[in-house]
Amino acid sequence: MSTTLSATDLTKIEAHIAAHIGVPGGLTPLMHAIQDDIGYIPEEIYPQVSKAMALSVAEVHGFVTFYHHFRTHPVGKHVLQICRAESCQAMGSEQLETDIKTKYGVDYHETTKDGELTILPVYCLGNCACSPAVMLDDDVHGRVDMGVIEEIVSEVTNHG
Amino acid sequence: MVKVFVPRDSTALSLGADRTAKAIQAEADKRGVDIELVRNGSRGLFWLEPLVEVETTEGRVAFAPVKTKDVTGLFDANFTDALSSEAQAHALHLGLTEDLDWMKKQQRLTFARIGVTDPVSLDDYIAHDGYKGLHNALNLSGEEIVQAVTDSGLRGRGGAAFPTGIKWNTVLGAPADQKYIVCNADEGDSGTFSDRMVMEDDPFVLIEGMTIAGLAVGATQGYIYLRSEYPHSLAILNEAISKAYAADYLGDDIQGSGKAFHLEVRRAAGAYVCGEETSLLESLEGKRGLVRFKPPLPAIEGLFGKPTVVNNVISLATVPIILDKGAQYYADYGMGRSRGTLPIQLAGNIKQGGLVELAFGVTLRELLYDYGGGSASGRPIRAVQVGGPLGAYLPESQFDTPVDYESFQKLWAVLGHGGIVAFDDTVDMSKMARYAFEFCTIESCGKCTPCRIGSVRGTEVMDKITSGEDNTKESHAKNIQVLRDLSDTMINGSLCAMGGMTPFPVISALNHFPEDFEPKNKAKVTSE
Ligand SMILES: Cc1cc2nc3c(=O)[nH]c(=O)nc-3n(C[C@H](O)[C@H](O)[C@H](O)COP(=O)(O)O)c2cc1C
Ligand code: SF4
Ligand code: FES
Repeated sequence: MSTTLSATDLTKIEAHIAAHIGVPGGLTPLMHAIQDDIGYIPEEIYPQVSKAMALSVAEVHGFVTFYHHFRTHPVGKHVLQICRAESCQAMGSEQLETDIKTKYGVDYHETTKDGELTILPVYCLGNCACSPAVMLDDDVHGRVDMGVIEEIVSEVTNHG
Repeated sequence: MVKVFVPRDSTALSLGADRTAKAIQAEADKRGVDIELVRNGSRGLFWLEPLVEVETTEGRVAFAPVKTKDVTGLFDANFTDALSSEAQAHALHLGLTEDLDWMKKQQRLTFARIGVTDPVSLDDYIAHDGYKGLHNALNLSGEEIVQAVTDSGLRGRGGAAFPTGIKWNTVLGAPADQKYIVCNADEGDSGTFSDRMVMEDDPFVLIEGMTIAGLAVGATQGYIYLRSEYPHSLAILNEAISKAYAADYLGDDIQGSGKAFHLEVRRAAGAYVCGEETSLLESLEGKRGLVRFKPPLPAIEGLFGKPTVVNNVISLATVPIILDKGAQYYADYGMGRSRGTLPIQLAGNIKQGGLVELAFGVTLRELLYDYGGGSASGRPIRAVQVGGPLGAYLPESQFDTPVDYESFQKLWAVLGHGGIVAFDDTVDMSKMARYAFEFCTIESCGKCTPCRIGSVRGTEVMDKITSGEDNTKESHAKNIQVLRDLSDTMINGSLCAMGGMTPFPVISALNHFPEDFEPKNKAKVTSE
């Protein structure tokens, strides 16, 4: 396993682990805390997590892979989630997905070469009355087209 | 000082409400106009967001949709004096919000305060009848609270429509040192956002409902299992919960009653199946969300093996009004065995999308055309999917069906969580059928074969059917038969509704729109 973790990240992770020992059902909030803080869940910390939560490493691995939200690799500085569910499909999201992938030269789960933008699929953002919808970082955008996408992405990245 | 309301609901934000709010405050400051900017919830007229309201002696006057570029013009027209003739002459002036056609005929019980109040103001909540239900409940026994909920006829709004009072009664009767109230806020269905609106636009009503549930069954700990896709809901819920603690509406001694109820939000992690109640409990316990065998019911052995009420957000948020106004008041709305009201969500290809709360009995057609205004594209509405990704597709000939659990069941359809997704005549229903299988493949928890493998098989069969690769009439007919047999296997052999109901959208699409299931390259079809 590669050790890409910096000492600061490791310290942060250890603090999160310590804070979740003994919390009922604490593995989910712990994983959220780690991913929120450093952007992903490094596989190299599974041994520490498993020890603290009294689980096997295999169980921790199984847990992380079960949930779409958790990822074991870093993502770009910004994350664009594109809704693929029915309501957005009814408003042309399929074409939008294709256009976004073409425009930024990435497929789902990939990051632009400059490390600025990762695109991810998502299944409903609860914004279905204003489909198609996307979420850029924590902000939802409704009734989007490529014009809107380019505008919001260019506000946070170098991509025009 | 005049109150100006700009919503902070996610959908309003998704259309620029924050920028509008900032522009209004800046312009007011610049001109020295004394306003109090309130960030309310949304009224649910989402096609008109950002919808700005101005308080007047007659009620609130709406201007919509207000973009930043409209702000100076509104001030030029003196919109903060919304009854003035200048303001009324402004192009975005819509008149009194309550008098808008969309609002006038609605029967807002669960959504009574939504869009009216500041979601995180406890004072506002209380000033608008909040916590009246709890105060009544504090003077009742657990049995009496459960009886009221049973008498109201409330059925679970999360999908299965199970009577809430009966579920509570099981938990009440289960002796245990610890019981739990779990709110299912996983709201994964496409076309639904009513849970999100409650949490963002009136979070105290959910907190109150859960507290009453705790008093009813003797549970002292509650969890809200919130989907990770709702960051705004998370922030608002946490703010409201800490205010409720500070005012003794949560904690060890609720309003001096000596009774305890604690509440915490737990984030989900993007698995649709975790909306299924036993998968949800596994997830809350910090495990993979594998569906459990039933029995035991969660009401007997739920979270951490303890008796647990699992209810949807809307079910729980409806409890306060039942305890406030009485079971009969609620039961007086509705039709047949569907009592009360349903917050219906209009989505997809619809001109006027949003939230409509009405008594059961309203027809799909009224919703789609009187409220929805037809399709967004202006083309005919060809199909609607009701009840999320596991719900059937209904063709135009079924649009006169009333919104009622039993009427939908008769059509082999479901109401589910009340989401209606409209599609115009450009939709390819075979694609939607294929997508249903694809979604099931992505979201299956993997515990049983009919779902895990069947869904993969389903996409393959759909590809065969539509590709025209099997180009004889006989082989086409055979593939259709394989599709039906596969669906039967999934319906009969799946442990939960994920695999068990994926065939609903598939088979309804096939039955109502068989023309879309012809091979795409028709020229190839020969009759050897
Ligand atoms: C695959 C699947 C997903 C579900 N998703 C949800 C959901 O997101 N929210 C919800 O309240 N119920 C959902 N349900 C229904 C729950 O299992 C359960 O019936 C419900 O939470 C009970 O609450 P209620 O009685 O108040 O409706 C789902 C069921 C299945 C099979
Ligand atoms: S039907 Fe699918 S989701 Fe449900 S238990 Fe079986 S594999 Fe899991
Ligand atoms: S389906 Fe895309 S936001 Fe709900």
